[in-house]
Amino acid sequence: MLNRQGRPTAAGSAEAAETAGTFTGNRALIQEEALSFEIGRYDTTGVDLDEPEDFAPRLGALAREGEIGIPGLSEPETMRHFVKLSQKNYGIDTGLFPLGSCTMKHNARLNEKMARLPGFSDVHPLQPVSTVPGALALMNELSHYLVTLTGMTTVALSPKAGAHGELCGMMAIKAAIVAKGEDETRDVVLVPESAHGTNPATAALLGFKVREVPAAEDGTVRVEAVRELLGPEVAAIMLTNPNTCGLFEPQIVEIAQALHEVGAYFYCDGANFNAIVGKARPGDLGVDAMHINLHKTFSTPHGGGGPGSGPVVLSERLAAFAPVPFVTAGADGSLTLVEHEGDAPDGSPFGRITAFHGQMGMYVRALSYMLSHGADGMKQASEDAVLNANYIRAGLVDLMSLPFPDHPSMHEVLFDDEWLKDTGVSTLDFAKAMIDEGYHPMTMYFPLVVHGAMLIEPTESESKASLDLFVAALRDLAMAAKAGETARFSGAPYHAPRRRLDETRAARQPILRWTPPQPVREAAE
Amino acid sequence: MRYLPLSPDDRAEMLAKVGVATIDDLFADVPADKLLTEPLDLPRRKGELEVERILGRMAARNTTASSVPFFVGAGAYKHHVPASVDHLIQRSEFLTSYTPYQPEIAQGTLQYLFEFQTQVAALTGMDVANASMYDGSTAAGEAVLMAHRVTKRDKAILSGGLHPHYAEVIETLCEMSNDRVERLPADVTAAEDIVSRIDKETSCVVVQTPDVFGNLRDLRKIADAAHAAGALLIAVFTEVVSLGLVTPPGAMGADIVVGEGQSIGNALNFGGPYVGLFAARHKHVRQMPGRLCGETVDSEGRRGFVLTLSTREQHIRRDKATSNICTNSGLCCLAFTIHMTLLGQVGLQRLARINHANAVKLADRLAGVPGVEVVNETFFNEITLKLSKPAADVVERLANEGVLAGVPYSRLAPASGLDDLLLVASTEVNTDEDRTALVDGLKGVLS
Repeated sequence: MLNRQGRPTAAGSAEAAETAGTFTGNRALIQEEALSFEIGRYDTTGVDLDEPEDFAPRLGALAREGEIGIPGLSEPETMRHFVKLSQKNYGIDTGLFPLGSCTMKHNARLNEKMARLPGFSDVHPLQPVSTVPGALALMNELSHYLVTLTGMTTVALSPKAGAHGELCGMMAIKAAIVAKGEDETRDVVLVPESAHGTNPATAALLGFKVREVPAAEDGTVRVEAVRELLGPEVAAIMLTNPNTCGLFEPQIVEIAQALHEVGAYFYCDGANFNAIVGKARPGDLGVDAMHINLHKTFSTPHGGGGPGSGPVVLSERLAAFAPVPFVTAGADGSLTLVEHEGDAPDGSPFGRITAFHGQMGMYVRALSYMLSHGADGMKQASEDAVLNANYIRAGLVDLMSLPFPDHPSMHEVLFDDEWLKDTGVSTLDFAKAMIDEGYHPMTMYFPLVVHGAMLIEPTESESKASLDLFVAALRDLAMAAKAGETARFSGAPYHAPRRRLDETRAARQPILRWTPPQPVREAAE
Repeated sequence: MRYLPLSPDDRAEMLAKVGVATIDDLFADVPADKLLTEPLDLPRRKGELEVERILGRMAARNTTASSVPFFVGAGAYKHHVPASVDHLIQRSEFLTSYTPYQPEIAQGTLQYLFEFQTQVAALTGMDVANASMYDGSTAAGEAVLMAHRVTKRDKAILSGGLHPHYAEVIETLCEMSNDRVERLPADVTAAEDIVSRIDKETSCVVVQTPDVFGNLRDLRKIADAAHAAGALLIAVFTEVVSLGLVTPPGAMGADIVVGEGQSIGNALNFGGPYVGLFAARHKHVRQMPGRLCGETVDSEGRRGFVLTLSTREQHIRRDKATSNICTNSGLCCLAFTIHMTLLGQVGLQRLARINHANAVKLADRLAGVPGVEVVNETFFNEITLKLSKPAADVVERLANEGVLAGVPYSRLAPASGLDDLLLVASTEVNTDEDRTALVDGLKGVLS
């Protein structure tokens, strides 16, 4: 079926007509693809199943009536449909993906292969524990690695993603406060201005009042600023380290001490742990709880937005409150799966945050990464990530503006849009022009503490040649912006499968599902 | 190290360009006494072969679902997934892409999310669905929080037919966010009177169908009662294949429908990753959690898709967000979409009939086994057996004989005292030989 959905319906610019002027709307390898609902057929299936013999159903009065409304496709059509869709996506394997804070490092295929071993993938979370000793061993081994790398007491593996890990860690803190009988009085959580949006959202969800900690001029949080906000009503701070400006917080130990002196807890957002693995341990810095994004630091694939995995490491002060289920090791090395609050040998789990044991498929991939790298490789990966970010910084600092020049960058470098002033080019325009150069844009407009933020994280996966080309491309763009070549930016991207999309229209009149087209007759009425 | 492209010479050259003498100069902000000088006490790097050996040995110690007669369900189900599904989700452009915040180079992800949302809305009989949640249980927790926002009340009532782990997830979330939960006792035969519990403080009623014991529940009267009191009905399912054959909650008055989508496209994975489904009515769309993909046009007027209504979300609203959730379950959601596209409604309905037929066959055969009583009057692909001996012991003994017979209810809720109940799931993977093995095994253990 010919798809006309992708053909221009409005008069485009001259070059658009030139590039899109084919009968099909395709441009060689860039192919238009209609929705499965438009090309599928309601009587088609791509799965061969035999109809069961006649039997008496036991559905009572609850048999479904009418059509469901989902068309099917044969297997070859399905393959083409999704392969064509995939070709409209940019991935790490396509090119440099410098999305700050998101850590788009190489996803080793060995890890995929390991996660698909039937002994891990074809095992049910509720089959008898006696039939899954290898699964418990894997969880225990992963826990050992995470605890050793962070210098913490224990780890709660089950959180499903980073934000879920935050929730879990903050729940452990709340449980500790309740256990001390202080829940009526301790109801404030301190969050720096530069924090991820998930931090205040998590604190608010748990009924805490959020109090913002101002950042110092150099982009870090000073212990004096924290002390000024401390009191008996403060339950915790949620601090990212290295922070979202890409800087290691120099006073982190003093901040932890100040919190502990008033009986508050230190929640560390571990989104940027990848900068310091093997270089420093959060446990040595005074952290009480920290989630680890296995999909960032330990390279489990981002998959277009999940699935993630967000285990939370806990200090001795919080270890007893870890949620069920978890695996414990006896003195003889025997492993026990604790599934219920009443079964916790020494502790008072705060509850349960997901139906089963967490993201086993991600545990396997992360452990495969850790075994492959080893202690030496993980340390080298952190150092290379930091070196690569600073190398980009050195290559661009004379053209772009660095809001916090006083500290070395860690794994990511933050620029602001001061250098674009009066050029007519915005951070957004600049990012879209990067798309035309074959790059995924950097993180934009985050963190909020600087104007027009551009946060670049190359990761350790990039070669020097790749970085050199990236720097050269950004320099060329920067000089073009300063030279007033605004058309290169304002209309960008020119060469992507789509030009800029109208997000306002999408939000104003949301179309969130496909609906069958009205018959022509009805439409005419 | 095979994953690290920089050579020692590269590093030296780059440090010079940066203008520092050593790499540790870049770690100067780490307090000197906290910077590790010795390697951590973990093994050194390993080649692929060695890693495969280590993890392969661990994997080999587990009994796989495909290797034995397998009847374990209770929230996760063994189904056959077409080979093309796993191949497609491993396309680099899907596997290694990020959340589609740059829509011009993420139309692949966005279009399948739009297709997924349409599929889930059709399956559940609802107006709109989001781009997926972590899993069914966390989706249920988010649904309760959404009902609190919509009704501005804070008391949820949980049916005794709700999966105990789902109930615990909701209880934990509500306890931690200072909301109230009233949880009804285990309701094995779908006989509870939930309607009389609804009052003017009730934000929502949470009812699962098929419930954890496998019974199908008619939600219409509960929906009417909830609406009369200004409360919402949240319908939960843990087996999405049931929607191929059973009246969808959307047709019974549910306001929010949540469930586990693992059965379509996704492996058992010892509990995760899975894919949570979340559907609602148009009028509540701005109170929904999670990501939403919407249709729009680009500057040349061509159709395209973007993430939309993000003013609900944490990265914009921070402490005023509808949820703290940042990610969805992207690749699992893609697997679901591909498998569902292959099936189409025709294939899904047939798959559901096969599941149901296999469960009926098993129920009929088990009804004749001394010491076994089939509790259900109605069911889809899972039934509850009342045994003459503790179910946990029976399951353990049968496991030793190479039959994974199901889930003892006591495993889910040890404090319930319902030690004699066994949940037994049947899917298209079960053969007559599997059923014979289970029937014979139960005869032996219960005699």
